[in-house]
Amino acid sequence: MSIDYSLYLAKERLPHLWCPGCGHGIILKNMLISMAEMEVPREKALLACGIGCSGRAGDYVNIHRFQGTHGRTLAYVTGIKMAHPELKTFCIMGDGDCSAIGIGHLIHAARRNVDVTAIVPNNLNYGMTGGQFPPLTPGESLTSTSRSGKAEPDMDLCRLAAEAGANYVARTTVYHVVEMKKRFIEATSNKGFSLVEVITPCPTYYGRYNQLGNAHEMIEWIKNKTVPLHKYEEMSVKNQEQHFWRGKLVEKHKPDLYTRYWQHERGMDHRA
Amino acid sequence: MKKDDSIKFLQGNEACALGGITAGARFFAGYPISPASEIAELSSLLLPQRGGIYLQMEDEIASIAAVIGASLGGMKAFTSTSGPGLSLMQENIGFAIMAEAPCVIINVQRFGPSTGVATRPGQADVMAARWGTHGDHGIIVLAPTSVQECYDLTIEAFNLAEALRTPVILLTDATLAHLREKVVTKTDKELSIISRQKPHQVTGDYQPYRPGPNGVPVLPDFGDQNILRITGLVHDHDGYSTPKPQTAGDLVHRLLQKIEGATGLMPTPRYFGSNDPEIVIISFGISARSSREAVNRANDQGVKARLMQLPTIWPFPEEAVRNACSDAKAVLVAEMNSGQICREVRACGIQREKVVGVNRADTAVITPGEILQAIKEVMIL
Ligand SMILES: Cc1ncc(C[n+]2csc(CCOP(=O)(O)OP(=O)(O)O)c2C)c(N)n1
Ligand code: SF4
Repeated sequence: MSIDYSLYLAKERLPHLWCPGCGHGIILKNMLISMAEMEVPREKALLACGIGCSGRAGDYVNIHRFQGTHGRTLAYVTGIKMAHPELKTFCIMGDGDCSAIGIGHLIHAARRNVDVTAIVPNNLNYGMTGGQFPPLTPGESLTSTSRSGKAEPDMDLCRLAAEAGANYVARTTVYHVVEMKKRFIEATSNKGFSLVEVITPCPTYYGRYNQLGNAHEMIEWIKNKTVPLHKYEEMSVKNQEQHFWRGKLVEKHKPDLYTRYWQHERGMDHRA
Repeated sequence: MKKDDSIKFLQGNEACALGGITAGARFFAGYPISPASEIAELSSLLLPQRGGIYLQMEDEIASIAAVIGASLGGMKAFTSTSGPGLSLMQENIGFAIMAEAPCVIINVQRFGPSTGVATRPGQADVMAARWGTHGDHGIIVLAPTSVQECYDLTIEAFNLAEALRTPVILLTDATLAHLREKVVTKTDKELSIISRQKPHQVTGDYQPYRPGPNGVPVLPDFGDQNILRITGLVHDHDGYSTPKPQTAGDLVHRLLQKIEGATGLMPTPRYFGSNDPEIVIISFGISARSSREAVNRANDQGVKARLMQLPTIWPFPEEAVRNACSDAKAVLVAEMNSGQICREVRACGIQREKVVGVNRADTAVITPGEILQAIKEVMIL
């Protein structure tokens, strides 16, 4: 490794505000390590965050940082990337941010194939606001707004992004740190829209409501709940409901939005 | 004879698009809506020819978000919409204020509330433009009266947005949008076009949000050597978030002051008619057109009337209004809503009984005859 990842870190901002045992720091660190391995120059990297605990990641980096309004990150970066296609852009958006209020923008960013790496730390609840249930919370879970179990079914954000047209989609967990870094690098190296969902512990709310133990036990719980994609596909539907799959869902190489835009407009032969 | 390319016959919407591009806009993102769509259509045609970008987004929330993103990437950027879209943009207008992202929002007013009458004019978004985002904030709102002014004030809107790093709203309406008139265009070289300041060198102690001249910070763009940190959270001079009361208070104060202190840069009221008026009519936008004709007719009939047309609605030109009204017997406020500017005129401290609203809020343009009638009525009193 030729660059030290801590060069991207605003060390003077530490300690961070995340709870002990929160997975958000692990995800940020892996993102920065993957950047270091790809030798991204500091000024050519952008971290665009949503609003939520995970969105605070932007306060601990000294690369270009953007934080907009809740759920809209991918719409802003669509504009940023048309102005600066060369920026290596990472978007960290909580599962609530991305799967509820921001889901329209996710679908359209994937469809347009905007060249960004969307990282979705899925802690199975809205952390920042006190542990309510967003769409990705598994059915029956106890949360601060589903005290007798979540009645609504959950959804698979990865499959949605794939269907919408993403070039690269994968899911991993905070337990699988080596794999996580590998996925971030694959995702970023693949031009176009990439999404990596990372299952991560929120011991303070989801863990506590569902009695999943301390932070360490919660990571064990995530590990035990997760199976590789091919195994998951062989499971019965009932069994699938009890598990998360992890692995790579899609890897394509369609041209990204910026490339297509200018290919088309130049084809119209009116650009000098 | 050589054709003079600078003279054009344009619709208000076309003039807005051309004005934006002349001001240096190279990014437009929008969502179709009547009666604003032609601004997007012309932008989609012209921008790529100039190396610029047109994006059609999934809704107005995404449109203004993309505009803010492109702006922070260093492009002059704009969007256009009408009432329903303006409502959707409100959270992000506040964000653009807080993040100091220069941009221009053209709101072609139609009759509302809600879907209202999509193809008919109104002037009822005056307060939505002023207060339509939460929190204490200042905003600049300009209102053209002719197609020429659609062109000129769009350029002004960009100049103000760039000079002060803030969103600027242009309020036109369905009538102006589709009215065709002569417009004298200029090249960017003939105009004074303002672009945002940028920091020169990378220095160790560079604090991006340390207030620069006139309280406006000198920020880099994304992708520059200097690192840009943007957040809608209260942030310190380095751009990092903090909940400190002192920082929060200072920041909001600076953002307000930046606008209030810059009224000298904004287009000043225009006056027509008698220099020594008994009756002053205050109006803006398309209503000011009718008011001007009413003032002409009144003057012809021996009534000393004067029009004060407001190209800048917000910040409200309080002092100018007070001065213009001090000696008048009556002040009429002509507008196509139920009295939004009228309230402001009264709030300037002008005697309440002296201020009379001339309102029309039924999808039709207020006529010179109606305003003249109102002038006559107050003259009898
Ligand atoms: C428009 C709007 N609605 C609601 C909120 C309140 N809010 C702040 S953070 C958040 C949830 C964040 O949850 P998630 O995206 O899952 O991220 P986490 O905190 O779990 O990392 C919400 C609902 C907001 N900031 N803006
Ligand atoms: S509330 Fe949950 S998500 Fe937020 S910092 Fe604490 S552990 Fe992390």
